[in-house]
Amino acid sequence: MSDIDTADPAIAPIKRPTRWHIAVFLAPAVLVYTAIMILPLIETLRLSLYNLVEGQTVFVGLSNFITLFSDPRLSASFWNALGNNLIFFVIHMAVQNPLGIALAAMLSIPKLRFATFYRTAIFVPTLLSFVIVGFIWKLILSPIWGIAPGMMDWVGLKWAFAPWLGKPDSALIAVSLISVWQYVGIPMMLIYAALLNIPEEVLEAAECDGITGWSQFWKIKLPLILPSIGIISILTFVGNFNAFDLIYTVQGALAGPDGSTDILGTLLYRTFFGFQNQMGDRSMGATIATVMFLIILAGVSLYLFVIQRRMRRYQF
Amino acid sequence: MAKARTSFVRSGLIHAALISYTLIALFPVFLTLVNSFKSRNSIFRDPMAIPTPSTFDLVGYQTVLAQGDFFGYFQNSLIVTVLSIALVLLFGAMAAFALSEYRFRGNLLMGLYLALGIMIPIRLGTVAILQGMVAAGLVNTLTALVLVYTAQGLPLAIFILSEFMRTVSDDLKNAGRIDGLSEYAIFFRLVLPLVRPAMATVAVFTMIPIWNDLWFPLILAPGEETKTVTLGAQMFIGQFVTNWNAVLSALSLAILPVLVLYVIFSRQLIRGITSGAVK
Repeated sequence: MSDIDTADPAIAPIKRPTRWHIAVFLAPAVLVYTAIMILPLIETLRLSLYNLVEGQTVFVGLSNFITLFSDPRLSASFWNALGNNLIFFVIHMAVQNPLGIALAAMLSIPKLRFATFYRTAIFVPTLLSFVIVGFIWKLILSPIWGIAPGMMDWVGLKWAFAPWLGKPDSALIAVSLISVWQYVGIPMMLIYAALLNIPEEVLEAAECDGITGWSQFWKIKLPLILPSIGIISILTFVGNFNAFDLIYTVQGALAGPDGSTDILGTLLYRTFFGFQNQMGDRSMGATIATVMFLIILAGVSLYLFVIQRRMRRYQF
Repeated sequence: MAKARTSFVRSGLIHAALISYTLIALFPVFLTLVNSFKSRNSIFRDPMAIPTPSTFDLVGYQTVLAQGDFFGYFQNSLIVTVLSIALVLLFGAMAAFALSEYRFRGNLLMGLYLALGIMIPIRLGTVAILQGMVAAGLVNTLTALVLVYTAQGLPLAIFILSEFMRTVSDDLKNAGRIDGLSEYAIFFRLVLPLVRPAMATVAVFTMIPIWNDLWFPLILAPGEETKTVTLGAQMFIGQFVTNWNAVLSALSLAILPVLVLYVIFSRQLIRGITSGAVK
């Protein structure tokens, strides 16, 4: 071993030949990634500054954005979609993440029986495709089949049933909760992993000081898993502002009833491809994609540069 | 004694909570599978009942197999998923090796560039991706989907794999170099076998979003020949909304492969998550 160590500096000054193998190792990934992901992204951002004028693609500056924010018809659906998307995100943050943390906290109790079974079962919905999830819930909540009203009848709540997915007031909440049902496995798993990584000694020390049960969770474990909570929050943010599939399968491309479940992803789809009597518009599609990009970028930067920096990390 | 009883009550409550959530998680899947085997009348009359000889009926499956080309869809999904995973693993591991093994100018920058895609969804580039695929004549081909999913899977794969490759001992690689192995041989024969567990984790993470994706098949490959299972099921259900037997059977057929794979790989997946592969 020592031979190599002493020999190393002696070799270093000699001019090495170009290390082609590094390029060979990097090339395929960089090429595919750049060609299919980065360039189209840049091209989409660029397209948002162009529009068709008399059949010619012309540079129009920010006028697409001005149209998007002020054109009576388009801006109404844009602000509606943005507002709905915010509600969608808030419901995920308020329901999915606390639920995930609670499930993880229960699963991580040492010597809990059947923990593997619970963990495996609760993760199942996360693996199912949106098509499956969307349709199962549509059937369950449908007044025709009567599963949901029937079950609520058992517990004496039949009066509270309503065709939630069909009513503008409740459709967005219902769809958000379906999405929560599907994705709760991800925060659960990440928090579970974080809780398992807390060293035994820290918890033993807490127990010696008489901190157990609830107060142990609030005072010891929760501060230690804050970085993971930060990660699941930003993952939720990116996922929610780019969501499309579930709304499309449950409510269709029009995101009904009456646009009440329309979010940015479905708006992008309709604007870009057109729907029914509305023509597809490439420039407007690119403009909406750019706005989504900026929203996600803002969220990610906020997380990376503000939240993550301020968060205290504990090294064990 | 009192203490033992409170802990008994406490663990009872915890089990009750976990069992109720497990039921919520599994109930819809159970409902679909069970009812797909029943006749139309009994689906409506008693949706919660297990199929009995008198209510057992395979008419839904018969409709699905007769109407939709589900085997074709499965084949498409399988081809796309397997090829994409293979490319993500190969290209991802190569890039991860270059980033973690060699010091060269721009290493850090390259790492950051490739990590961008973890946070920025590829979907936002759809407008230009479609344009590019039209120009390349790849619309309605499985190649288009494989390319897109490879690009989509690479950032996370490179990130996870380079973390793992840093843990492969330098002595081993240097010993290989002294024995005259080329850098390629070191990568393929020494390093790759050692990071196999991490590769399995990446494979599972890559697979789920690809198999379930609806957006890109809908936009890039909506043709009958290239439909994936997810898109096929979506279209099929759209046509047969009122034929509940058929809808439930189609859903069951789409659930089963995922469940089987999950049962096979769940250990790997959970170990991958809990060992901190996605931190």
